[in-house]
Amino acid sequence: MSQRIRSSRRALPGWRCAAAFIAVALLVAGCGGSSGGGTGTTSGGGKQVAVGLITKTDTNPFFVKMKEGAQKAAKANGAKLLTAAGKFDGDNAGQVTALENMVAAGAKGILITPSDTKAIVPSIAKARAKGVLVIALDTPTDPQSAVDALFATNNFKAGVLIGQYTKAVEAGKPLKIATLDLAPGISVGILRHNGFISGLGAGTADEKTTSLVNPASVVCSNDTQGDQAKGQTAMENCLKKAPDINVVYTINEPAALGAYTALKAAGKDKDVLIVSVDGGCTGVKAVQDGKIAATSQQYPLKMASQGVDAVVKFAKDGTKASGYTDTGVTLITAKPASGVDSKDVAFGLANCWG
Amino acid sequence: MSSTQTVSPPGAPPTKTGPSLVGRVLTTPTVGPLIFLVLAIAFFSIKSSAFLTGGNLSLIVQQVMVVGTLAIGQTLIILTAGIDLSNGAVMALGQIVIAKLAVDSGLNPILAILLGLAATTAFGLANGSLVTGLRLPPFIVTLGTLNIAFALTHIYSNDQSITVSSSTLTFFGKTFPLGGTDVTYGSVFMIALYVLAWYVLKYTASGRHVYAVGNNPEAARLTGINTRKLLLTVYATAGLIYGIASLLSIARTNVGDPNAGQTDNLDSITAVVLGGTSLFGGRGSVIGTLIGALIVGVIRSGLQIVGVESIYQVLITGILVILAVALDQLSRRRTA
Repeated sequence: MSQRIRSSRRALPGWRCAAAFIAVALLVAGCGGSSGGGTGTTSGGGKQVAVGLITKTDTNPFFVKMKEGAQKAAKANGAKLLTAAGKFDGDNAGQVTALENMVAAGAKGILITPSDTKAIVPSIAKARAKGVLVIALDTPTDPQSAVDALFATNNFKAGVLIGQYTKAVEAGKPLKIATLDLAPGISVGILRHNGFISGLGAGTADEKTTSLVNPASVVCSNDTQGDQAKGQTAMENCLKKAPDINVVYTINEPAALGAYTALKAAGKDKDVLIVSVDGGCTGVKAVQDGKIAATSQQYPLKMASQGVDAVVKFAKDGTKASGYTDTGVTLITAKPASGVDSKDVAFGLANCWG
Repeated sequence: MSSTQTVSPPGAPPTKTGPSLVGRVLTTPTVGPLIFLVLAIAFFSIKSSAFLTGGNLSLIVQQVMVVGTLAIGQTLIILTAGIDLSNGAVMALGQIVIAKLAVDSGLNPILAILLGLAATTAFGLANGSLVTGLRLPPFIVTLGTLNIAFALTHIYSNDQSITVSSSTLTFFGKTFPLGGTDVTYGSVFMIALYVLAWYVLKYTASGRHVYAVGNNPEAARLTGINTRKLLLTVYATAGLIYGIASLLSIARTNVGDPNAGQTDNLDSITAVVLGGTSLFGGRGSVIGTLIGALIVGVIRSGLQIVGVESIYQVLITGILVILAVALDQLSRRRTA
């Protein structure tokens, strides 16, 4: 009964509450103070150029490397780097908020890897209308012209390289291919897949093809969201459907490693050629260990540093970067195939990310 | 027996005459958060001249518009000692229903909005029916409807966002000048909703019944309150408010986004807790929730402008939440 008489309760004690909140305010002050001092490299100058970098998430090693590249370039140029990320892959609202806050903070240019290539477009238009240079990194917006410029890997070419490699290695053998793709309708996934098919000479596709091309030699296609666990499940299901698969194309290295686990469990890891795209350090090590035959390595650090340079140039003389800049892609393999240009694992490890 | 005691809403200022007016003001649960909000604004204004501008303050309100509106519904439910994990997912579903019908099916935008509101209200009603009818815990019910709404959103939208250009659907994102600053209609609408909710909770019989039910459902029932009907109304009203949040979200980003709102359930609970409302029900204020939402917005914007990584905003918010709940618990134990 005594517990039920609650009306005698007083409301929250205001003083106590206020005091505690003030304590946290001081914490904020401390935190803001130290970081503010740390980022300002040219503290005296007031005219420091501010560059924004918005990535899909904070956690993916690809974006961590991107941030590293941006930080180095900002330091070299005496610019101030503002960074933000969505809370999860696909967090458009979070990216919109970051974009607005960076414009409010006076950023001259903003580099962004759009989480939702279409949904971000109206917010980018608002930022550009305020005179801010917006550059997409890694992932093109839809349409690509929504941003001033795009610095990215040529994903079609990345696919072509591993397709050509597969063709050279498996020369003449009848191919039974499994493709472990990204997700429906995402351009990166379509470009890499179709590049692979085109490089292999198994089907006709070019960079403008907007859907997955699957010739008869592709016996199984599954989406993995680029996730290792999903890659494993997808491979297991493909093996049930077609036990004699001898080539596996994967959207990225986590999916490739998932496929490898499934193939090893089925005792088929020695008979199957796995090819992939990305060039993360874990992926290149998997090439070294013979789990993945070849991977197309891309360069997030370069995308970000070139992006920062472009914003600084825009701030200095008003020159706007425009169009598409290919930041390069290299085939990494431990077993080179004749007639296909590639670099060895040592090169891959020296240039990998993650 | 305890009937006269429980009907008095503990969220309102204490009816017993306090020591003084000052004492009474300070024991209002929203005062602590309000002081913190003012301090945070003052702090960032000193750190950067770009912070305290009309444009930036207007932007902060725009940025908390969606979570802030969701948090009104969340406050209503938490005051009844419930919780709603589904609100962000229901809001995303509302967005997709409105955008799909208006853009892809070419329906009259007003009709599309009404159908979107109907969908979110139906979800609120479903939550309420399961809580009252089957007596299931709100946490579990809304965890279930969270997943159902999320799946329906992705199935119906085919995982594609829908660009919206209709001026009716994006009305709340448009601005009008107010003393040299552009303010969106959506910001004003959200604040109007807060004032309405505050008035209803404080000055109407049903509003006071919400506190009574949250405080002690058994006693509330004995005083003649139809608790079942009241809970149903609260959950359905919350659903309707989530529909409004859907519309505000479309207006803000000009897109129907199936991935929207994935963290908004927790973000709205955060706003409620930071505003001094007790998670155990029966005590708190909806105006506190607005302050709570603004605290998160101010810290996010301020840190970005000062040049601190956005992850620190999450860190600070986490500390504040624990602090706010700890204070609630302390005051509870003290007066038990």
